[in-house]
Amino acid sequence: MAKKYELNEVEVWDGNMAAAHALRQADIDIVAAYPITPSTPIVQNYSKFLADGYVDGEFIMVESEHSAMSGCVAASAAGVRAATATSSQGFALMVEVLYQASGMRLPIVMTVVNRALAAPLNVNGDHSDMYLGRDAGWINLCSYNPQEAYDLTLMAFKIGEDLNVRLPVMVHQDGFICSHTAQNVRPLQDEEAKEFIGEFKAVNSMLDVANPVTHGVQTEEDWHFEHKARQHNDLMNSIKTINEVFAQFKDRTGREYTPVYTYKMDDADVAIFALGTTVESARIAADQMREKGIKAGVVSLRVLRPFPFKEVQEALGNVKAVATLDRSAPGGTFGMLFNEISAALLAGGKKPVVLNYIYGLGGRDTTIEMLKEVYEDLDKCAKAGEPVVPLQQFLGLRGPKLSFY
Amino acid sequence: MVKKIKNLKEFSLSNDRFEGANLMCPGCAHNIIVREVLNATDDPIIVATATGCLEVCTAVYPKTSWDVSWLHIGFENAAVAAATISAAYEVMKKKGKLPPATQKMVDEGREPKIVAFGGDGGTYDIGFQSLSGAFERGHNFMYVCLDNEVYANTGGQRSSSTPIGASTSTSPAGSVSYGEKMMKKSMVEIMSDHGAPYVAQVSPSKWKDLVKKVQKGFEVYGPVYINAQSACTTEWKHAPEDTIEVSDLGVESCVWPLYEIINERDEHGIIYSTKLNITYRPKKKIPVEEYLAAQPRFRHLFKPENRHIIDLWQKAVDARWEYLQKREEAGV
Repeated sequence: MAKKYELNEVEVWDGNMAAAHALRQADIDIVAAYPITPSTPIVQNYSKFLADGYVDGEFIMVESEHSAMSGCVAASAAGVRAATATSSQGFALMVEVLYQASGMRLPIVMTVVNRALAAPLNVNGDHSDMYLGRDAGWINLCSYNPQEAYDLTLMAFKIGEDLNVRLPVMVHQDGFICSHTAQNVRPLQDEEAKEFIGEFKAVNSMLDVANPVTHGVQTEEDWHFEHKARQHNDLMNSIKTINEVFAQFKDRTGREYTPVYTYKMDDADVAIFALGTTVESARIAADQMREKGIKAGVVSLRVLRPFPFKEVQEALGNVKAVATLDRSAPGGTFGMLFNEISAALLAGGKKPVVLNYIYGLGGRDTTIEMLKEVYEDLDKCAKAGEPVVPLQQFLGLRGPKLSFY
Repeated sequence: MVKKIKNLKEFSLSNDRFEGANLMCPGCAHNIIVREVLNATDDPIIVATATGCLEVCTAVYPKTSWDVSWLHIGFENAAVAAATISAAYEVMKKKGKLPPATQKMVDEGREPKIVAFGGDGGTYDIGFQSLSGAFERGHNFMYVCLDNEVYANTGGQRSSSTPIGASTSTSPAGSVSYGEKMMKKSMVEIMSDHGAPYVAQVSPSKWKDLVKKVQKGFEVYGPVYINAQSACTTEWKHAPEDTIEVSDLGVESCVWPLYEIINERDEHGIIYSTKLNITYRPKKKIPVEEYLAAQPRFRHLFKPENRHIIDLWQKAVDARWEYLQKREEAGV
């Protein structure tokens, strides 16, 4: 029986420590992981918890991230709770197995500390890894600070393991800005967290030798499509469970989560749409713009997948101009947020000006001043009723300005 | 619990946990080996399989050939899959949270045996990292390589198990080539050098030897590697009914020597003894040429310009047989 970890009402944790404690409290049977900056401290912290008797399960330090995710798939198919953590290149190495995890309907939890993808090699934060895996069939939850990384990791188990869902869940946090920045976190006590998540419910456990089960079959043109359609259906419908778990968590802690996060959007004319820690900077920038008489707001996604289409439409309401901020090199098109937000708006019959800013790649600092410049651009477009700046710009890039369209 | 295997008739009447009526080619040795491995015990078995012939032919939705719990993830991860299932089993056993039927069997002394199957592509090549990692970590499972010396499932490309002179679809024999240029990788020794308590090489044609080795493997704690010769009618290009004969030619010529390596450890895990035993000694070692002649993948070697490769083959096989005998004599 694992020892109880005495926690203060308020702890000072960075994002990695917050995620590690959530994993510890989840009473995981198998953690299979491999170190990679900036998520390494999650597995180090977890190893120390194990060494000090705070964890009952097994920690398997495998020889690669590919094996880390493969181990999680096997453990989950064996009918036990499995989780891991990774970043960047490690995430990229896992991609093959991410699809296998979701296709086999295994409720694995992975904390992802977002980092740039090489080349050039870079250990700092951006969202390239998150964007790489967004279509892998996982539920994707996004946090902005250590408290949220902790909260969403706890909730991830409850969401993914729900019998109506049975899908893997990843919880994102920004490399370094969140993962290595100590902040106040109000944790649940161990027994409370355990009670909230509940016992793992094994489905088709390979360890049940009386009921043999075949996992990971071959399907060709006669069944593959139906499998993938069913998987998509259940991922789309998982939003109901996500909302239920968010509500249960609010009842317990008072902390409220919604699929789409909004800040001062009720009367906003212009909005920044961003993910991760940038949301906190954008809130300050919005407040400063409001002092100058510009009705600025902020929108973000707590749930990247399933994409909260209707909620995005509602959140952007009657905004006149919106800037989508993508922290990932778009590779020859507009950023993902630009494309997906534009599609939601158009389908909802709304045609505000939509701009796209590529920013913060490889850990480039994004200041409040830069975000205020974005609001200035938006204000000009809102007043003109049409784009008066290029549709795609690069924020904080040195050298000559780069823009398209 | 060790199952007693008295004769082939009795063995063939064992409770079948692997359905032979699957999609494999007629005469495929994979089927024979898998049945021999699963029949070696009456204890529960849990199987992980790498992508390959065995996987694509035995679990095509909505059908399955497996009456044991079975998992396929990908090409390169059967070892970590089996290793982690083994770890999951041990965690749940420790926590007292095994499914009731499994707990009952464990109480009766019938612990589940966890077995991974991979082809030589999934073992020697793309799965080698996962295999090496799982062995280094010492998980309690058995890895069986179904070694047909070629990527048979994708149309016969060379692997690092393909022997010199074999014509494959990516090392074809041609007017200026005798086929595969490299010698076969020595997987048995490589896996033994991981410190595995038991590794062995087997042939389906010597079924008693195979079953005995699998049973020995099930009795030790830790990672066990079994390298199984698996004649491939499609890529070795012999007739389906000749599978066992071709296998025997491999054994009798010492191309495929049958042996085991036992690493004994003390209570601290330190290996104090490594012992290689040759488990089958041909009464009269037949020339390698006879083995090669039985398989059209080597047909071109019999042209005058390629005969030197047959000589090279014989030298390599003799040297290896000599090496194994020396190790056995020296008790190392």
